[in-house]
Amino acid sequence: MNDPNVIEPGGVEASADGPGDPGRRSDTVSPRSAVAEQITEFGRIPVGNVRCEDPFIIAENVNAYYGDIHAIRNVTLEIAKSEVIALIGPSGCGKTTFIRCLNRMNDSVEHARVTGRITLDGQDIYERGLDPVVLRARIGMVFQKPNPFPKSVYDNVAYGPRIHGLAADRAELDDIVHGSLERAGLLKEVKDRLDEPGTELSGGQQQRLCIARTIAVNPEVILMDEPCSALDPIATARIEDLIDELAEDYAIVIVTHSMQQAARVSRRVAYFHLGMLVEVDETDRIFTNPQHKLTEDYITGRIG
Amino acid sequence: MSSVDRQQRSRTARRRVRASLARRRRRERLFRAAGLLATAAGLAFLGMFFASLIAKGASAFVQTHVLLDVETPVAALIDPVDPVGQADPIDLIDPVDPDALVNDSLRELFPLVTSRNDRRQLARLLSIDAGESVRRALVAAGAEAGTRLSIWVPAAATVDMLSKGQLDPDVEERLRPLSDVQIAWVAQLKGEGRLKKRFNSALFTNGDSREPELAGIRGALMGSFYMLLVTMALAFPIGVAAAVYLEEFAPRNRWSAPFGRLIEVNINNLAAVPSIVFGLLGLAVFIDWLALPRSAPLVGGLVLSLLTLPVIIIASRAAIQSVSPSIREAALALGASRMQMVFHHILPQALPGVLTGTIIGMSRALGETAPLLMIGMVAFIVDIPGGFTDPATALPVQIYLWADTPEPAFAERTSAAILVLLGFLLVMNLAAVVIRQRMENKV
Repeated sequence: MNDPNVIEPGGVEASADGPGDPGRRSDTVSPRSAVAEQITEFGRIPVGNVRCEDPFIIAENVNAYYGDIHAIRNVTLEIAKSEVIALIGPSGCGKTTFIRCLNRMNDSVEHARVTGRITLDGQDIYERGLDPVVLRARIGMVFQKPNPFPKSVYDNVAYGPRIHGLAADRAELDDIVHGSLERAGLLKEVKDRLDEPGTELSGGQQQRLCIARTIAVNPEVILMDEPCSALDPIATARIEDLIDELAEDYAIVIVTHSMQQAARVSRRVAYFHLGMLVEVDETDRIFTNPQHKLTEDYITGRIG
Repeated sequence: MSSVDRQQRSRTARRRVRASLARRRRRERLFRAAGLLATAAGLAFLGMFFASLIAKGASAFVQTHVLLDVETPVAALIDPVDPVGQADPIDLIDPVDPDALVNDSLRELFPLVTSRNDRRQLARLLSIDAGESVRRALVAAGAEAGTRLSIWVPAAATVDMLSKGQLDPDVEERLRPLSDVQIAWVAQLKGEGRLKKRFNSALFTNGDSREPELAGIRGALMGSFYMLLVTMALAFPIGVAAAVYLEEFAPRNRWSAPFGRLIEVNINNLAAVPSIVFGLLGLAVFIDWLALPRSAPLVGGLVLSLLTLPVIIIASRAAIQSVSPSIREAALALGASRMQMVFHHILPQALPGVLTGTIIGMSRALGETAPLLMIGMVAFIVDIPGGFTDPATALPVQIYLWADTPEPAFAERTSAAILVLLGFLLVMNLAAVVIRQRMENKV
């Protein structure tokens, strides 16, 4: 297990940055006002604004390690209650690792370690004694490859409510399943196929089934890890429409390699580079007027 | 580089590819031929093995019988199990020995045989069990006294071998178990239609016996059955539980990782330990220390489950590992606990592999002989075991015992028992394949 309560303001880790990095601040003030910036070879980052109004998730100085690999370096980011924030950046820059920190999926990864502080609605999610089961009921996740269970469409959606005991009886469960499929825009297509295996749907339908399965648990945040990378443009468009609709009720953190997608669905964009958060800003500003050289290089296609 | 140069280069490249192509094709042909040869050789040996077994063993499924005409006696018959007739005191009045009825019947068939020596030779044509078969047939028929019944009784093993052509009547008389007169009598019986090969039901209903024509595999089969029950009941749950724990729950951080590897190496090692070592362990622990009965299927099953456990654990771990990690993540991300993830998703998906491994382990247990020798299951046991603690032997041990018998008539029975054992193994392995396919299609 990783040590959940390690708060290291400034992320003072020998391996965090190379030697000769004097810009590290190590002030130990309250988490809210802890270090939000660091000086690296890329200058003072992150640029833009990592804070937001009415933050729901606050990540402060988060570092993540896989064994000796330092996957995320000192990331601080706030996510508001109902916004879509897109995480972009070249492969291996730590976007996926970061969202997996938010619902503690890294717990089950061997040798994974997370330091720093992440709060959800004011509650430290790495607090000792906090059961990740409770956390994951509040923060749902959709994966890169559609991964429905090899069970019927109905059982796929009903699984979450069943294990959490959300439905009192069969009728209520039916309601939840139908409602979730409806919200995921899948009900019309699968209404007569609820007993068929979810794995026999098309790729796009499978991904919407996974989204329906996620919202059936009634989470507050949905993490999406490149949800459209395995889908064709039509299925992608449907998922993007769906994200738009869901954005009214959920905070959505979406990792994407598609700049167009980020521009279409998100309100804010965070650009990651080599495990560091380089720039965070309103989507429009990032794509029209990026402040950092790395961000500009990436969105204009010079890196990545 | 000029365009002429480039053309020149690409021509050279094409030529070289062509040249190498011939070499590659030749190698591939050679490799294929070698593979084909190996497969053909394997199949040929398998074919020879089965052909020789069937050629030797098929005749054991029939047994020569002699037809006797017997008159139902007035008095009750002596029951060899209850000779004094205490079970039924009314029958005490002058009970009749069924062997006497057999002798009477033979005297009728061969009125010219009078000398004491000849009569004894004549009686030796029939199995010593002939009287018992007559008694059983009479009791079963329940006919009135004085009725004549025709009863097929088993012939002696020597007559059986003669009629199956396993005994050469042309060798010198003193070198063969049947004398010239006996052979003549057999020919006479055959001429009268009183000699026939009938299905050898004794092979499947009797326990072991010193008389080949009476020896059967029922006792060994029951012994194997009880043993496999014990093995199944222990090895399957323990093995699967261990595999689940090692794969899903065992801590795997820096400190416990070497420990986990140590366990893994040891389990793999256990799977390769000679089975006789497990027999010694069983002898020391279960019989010496825990004072469990010797020759009992219970102890055999315990030893075999130790033997099978590593096989089941290794197969189950492989099956659990092969479940897609995306399913684990999907379950965890929905807020399933580890236990829910395992029991709702991992195990159902891994079940075909787990069951296949279990059945393969069980069929290995069924064919195991060496450890059973150590715990006393190699004894000559006539009674058919009726429980887990009755003395018993097992099918492969029975084969070993029969193969060791000097009596030539046991040779075909050995082959027959091997065929039965192979039949069971085949059915079990086939079941593994069917289960695997069925379940994989369903998922």
